[in-house]
Amino acid sequence: MARTGPKNSARRVLVWLGVILAVLTAVLAGGTMAGQASWAPKLALDLEGGTQMILAPRVEGGSGINEEQLNQAVAIIRQRVDGSGVAEAEISTQSGRNVVVSLPGTPTKETRALIQASADMNFRPVIQAGDGAAVPAEARTPEDKLPKPTAAPANSSDENWVTADVYKKFEALDCVNPSQDKQERSDPAKPLVTCEPASDGRPAIKYILGPVEVKGSNIKNSSFQLQRGAQGAVTNEWAVDIQFDDEGTAKFKTVTERLNQFYVAAGGQSGSDPKSQFAIVLDDQVISAPRSQAVITDGRPQITGGFTEKSAKALSDQLRFGALPISFEIQSDQQISATLGGEQLRMGMLAGLIGLLLVVVYSLFQYRALGFVTVASLVVAGALTYLAIAILGWTENYRLSLAGVAGIIVAIGQTADSFIVYFERIRDELREGRGLVSAVENGWKRAKRTVLASKAVNLLAALVLYFVAVGNVRGFAFTLGLTAIADLIVVFMFTHPTLQVLARTKFFGEGHKFSGLDPKRLGAVPLYRGAGRIRTPEDKPVPAPRAKNTGAAAEAERRMTIAERRLAEKQEQLAGSSKSASKEGK
Amino acid sequence: MASFATFGNDLYTGKRSYDFVGSKKIWFLIAAVAVALSILLPVVKGGFNLGIEFRGGSEFTVSNVKDRDAALGEKAVQDVVSGSLPRVANVAGNTMRIQTDKLNDEEVLKVKEGLTKAYGVTDNEVTSTFVGPTWGADVTKQALIGLAIFVGLAAVLMALYFRTWKMSLSALAGMAATMFVTAGVYSLSDFEVTPSAIIGFLTVLSYSLYDTVVVFDKIRENTSELQSSTRRTFAEEVNLAVNQTLVRSINTMMVAILPVGAILFIGAGLLGAGTLRDLSLALFVGILIGTAATIFVAAPLYAWLRQGEPDLVKQAKRVEQRRAENAAKAAPVTA
Repeated sequence: MARTGPKNSARRVLVWLGVILAVLTAVLAGGTMAGQASWAPKLALDLEGGTQMILAPRVEGGSGINEEQLNQAVAIIRQRVDGSGVAEAEISTQSGRNVVVSLPGTPTKETRALIQASADMNFRPVIQAGDGAAVPAEARTPEDKLPKPTAAPANSSDENWVTADVYKKFEALDCVNPSQDKQERSDPAKPLVTCEPASDGRPAIKYILGPVEVKGSNIKNSSFQLQRGAQGAVTNEWAVDIQFDDEGTAKFKTVTERLNQFYVAAGGQSGSDPKSQFAIVLDDQVISAPRSQAVITDGRPQITGGFTEKSAKALSDQLRFGALPISFEIQSDQQISATLGGEQLRMGMLAGLIGLLLVVVYSLFQYRALGFVTVASLVVAGALTYLAIAILGWTENYRLSLAGVAGIIVAIGQTADSFIVYFERIRDELREGRGLVSAVENGWKRAKRTVLASKAVNLLAALVLYFVAVGNVRGFAFTLGLTAIADLIVVFMFTHPTLQVLARTKFFGEGHKFSGLDPKRLGAVPLYRGAGRIRTPEDKPVPAPRAKNTGAAAEAERRMTIAERRLAEKQEQLAGSSKSASKEGK
Repeated sequence: MASFATFGNDLYTGKRSYDFVGSKKIWFLIAAVAVALSILLPVVKGGFNLGIEFRGGSEFTVSNVKDRDAALGEKAVQDVVSGSLPRVANVAGNTMRIQTDKLNDEEVLKVKEGLTKAYGVTDNEVTSTFVGPTWGADVTKQALIGLAIFVGLAAVLMALYFRTWKMSLSALAGMAATMFVTAGVYSLSDFEVTPSAIIGFLTVLSYSLYDTVVVFDKIRENTSELQSSTRRTFAEEVNLAVNQTLVRSINTMMVAILPVGAILFIGAGLLGAGTLRDLSLALFVGILIGTAATIFVAAPLYAWLRQGEPDLVKQAKRVEQRRAENAAKAAPVTA
C-alpha cells in the first residue's frame, strides 16, 4: 500500500490540513465548554460600544515622561479603574507617551475624574490595623460600645481621630473582596480607612490611618538593593531605600521620633503595636506599612522585611513615582455607541459578502471550474482566520475591531491573488504544451517562489505596522498579518494539493472546456502531435516583433487568413537558426 | 469573457504585445506630471481636508433620529455658537454625527440640548465626545515612522531576493508615485483625511509593492537566461514579462477592488461616513493607481536603469545582428 507520487502526497497534505482545522476547532470547542472561550470572536470597543479615553501624562515641572514613568502611570490607572469597579477595562500605552483607557459602557463622571486625577502619594501613620476581612454584621460593635473621641487629637497617631463613624466604616470594610463602589479622593487632613490589598502571599490588611504627615512630593529618590548586615556584608534580604528632600527629612524625623516610641514601648522586634507603623499610601491604598524601628534623622529610611527582588523593585518604583505627581491630560475622550459599531460591522460584513460574491462570479467567469478551487480556498482561509481570531480572543484577549474587519476584507483580494498567480502559471505551462499533471507541478514550482516573495512583503508591512503603529492601525495590521499567514497555509496545504488531485481527474486532465484548463483555448502546442511528430524547438511561440513595427505587424496579423498566418509562421521558423537553444521551464 | 483567455494567450506568446517599456518616456512624463501636480495641489489649496482627529474638536452622535436632515444639526450648533461651521453626516442607519470646533463644557451641554430637541430624541440618545488634535498627529507620526521602517526593510528584502538593487529602486519609485498620486487625489477631491484613511493609505503602499514583486518575479525569470539568448533584448524581455503577467495584474486588481468597491459603493449609501468608508476609499483609489504604477512606472524604469549595462548592450547588439541575418536569410524564401 505504500504508493507514493504527487497524488498520494497531495492527499496526505490535505488530510493534515483537515487535522489542523479539526484541532483548532477542538481547542475552541474545549475552551467554550470550559466557559472561557466563545464561538464568536471578541469584539473591540468600536464594535461593542464603550468609552475610549486617551490620556497624556504630565509630570509637574513639565519635563517629559520616560518609559518607566509611563508604565507606572499605566499601573496606577489600572489600579484606579479596577478599584472603581469597571470590569473588562483595557489599559495600554500608546507611542511611548500616552495611556489609552478603554472601558465598556459609559463611565460615570466620578470614574472619569478619578482616572484623570493626578497620582497622589503620601505617608500616614497607622492608628489601627485589622484582619482584611469584613467583620460579620452580627459580630460588629454595638452602637453604644463604639469609640467616642474624648478630646481633639493631639497628633496624627492619636486614637481620638477614631470616631464612631470611622470605626463603623473600618469594621464594615472588606479588603479580601474589595467592593467596587467608588471612593472619593480622601481629605489629607482627615483620617482614612483603607486596605492594603493582598499581594505576594501576604493577606490583605485594613487600617485606620491618621492624617497625612509627609507628602510623596517630598521624596527625592528611591532605590532598592540587597540589604547589608551589621558588618557591611551583603545579606540575601532585599531592601528599599528612600531619600527625602530637606522638608521631608525634617518632617520624617518628627514622625519617626513619635512612632519609634510606640515601637520601643511595644517591645521592639517582638512587639506589634500598629501605631509604630507608617503607611505609604498611593491613591488611597496602602502599598506598604513598615514599622519605625529607629528615628530617622538623615531623611534616608530603609524599608526591609520579606521583600523579593520583584516586590522591592515595585515598591521602589512606586515611591519614585510618588515623588513625581503625574497628572493626566485628556487628549481625546470618545464615547462609542455599540449600535453604531454594530451597524458598521453589519454593513461592512454585507458589503464584504457582496464583494466576495463578485469575486466568486469573476473567478468562475475567468477560470471556469477552477474558480471553484479559488472559492473553496477562500472558504478554508476564512475558516482558518476565524478560528485563529476566536482562539486568540480567548488566549490573548485579542479583540476584533472595525479596522481589523477592514483588514480581513482587504485580504480577500490579496489571498485570491496567490491563487491567480498560481493558475496563471499553470496556464503558461499548458501553453508551452505540457500535460496538465506536469503543468501543475511545474507551475507550482515557479508560482511558489513568487507567492513566498510577495507574501513576505505583506508580512513585513503587517509586522512593521503592528510594532510601530498605534490604536486602530494595530488591529488592522494584525488581521493583515494573520490573513497573510492563513493564505500561505491554504495555498501550500489546500490549493496546490487539490489541483494535484484534480489534475488526475478526467474533467480537468483532459481539459474539458469548462475546466478553465482547456489547452485548446490556451493556444497550446502539444509536445507530441501524433504520427511520431514531436514538437520541435522551432514550434515555440513567435518572438515579439520589434517595437517599431508592432503596429504594422498587428495590422497585418488581423488581415491574414488562418492559412496565411500558418504560412507566415512557418517561414519565420524556417528562418530561425536551429542554434537558438531554447531554455524553457526554468 | 471567452476572449480573455485568448487575450492571455496572445499576451503570453507575444502575438499581442503592449509596448509598456518602449514608450516609457510618455509614461514617465505622465507620472512626473501627476506627481508634481499631487505635490503642488495641497500646497496651493493649503493642505488637506483633515478630519476631526487632526483638527481637534467636539463630536456629537445622535442615534435613532426620525429625520436625517443635516440642516437640523447645523442649526442646532449655530444657535449655540454663532458663525461656526459644523460638519454633519449620517453615519449609519438613523445615526447622525455632528462635528464642531472645540466647545467648552457649557456649550457642549447647550448643543446637546439643542440636538435633542432638533432631532426629537431622548437625552441619552445624544452622546458627546471630545477629540484632541494631537491624537491624529500621533497616529500619523507613528504611521510615518512605520512607513520609513517598512520601506527600508522592503528595499533590503527585494534587493536580496532579486539580487539587484535596481529592482528595489524601481519598485520603490513605483510605490512613491502611488503614494504621491493617491495623496493628490485626496487633496483634489477633498476627501476627508482620517486615521482610517491613513490606514488605507499604508495598505495601499504595501499592496503597491506586493503587486510589483509579482511582476518583477516574472521579469527576473524571463531575463535570467538572457546572456545565452539572442531571441530578445533585455528591454523586450521586460516588456514581454509585463505582458505575460498582464492578465494576472488585471485579475488581481479586479479581485482586490471588488470587495473594496462593494463597501464603497454599496456601503456608502447604507453606511454614510465612518471607518469603513474612509478606508475603502483610500484603498479603491490606491489599488488602481498602484497597479498602474507597477506596469507603467516600475517595470519600464527597471528596464531603463539596466539598459546601459555593458553586458546588456552587447547582448542587444547580438540580437540586432541575428535579426539582420534572419531578414537576409528569409528574403529568398518564397512560399
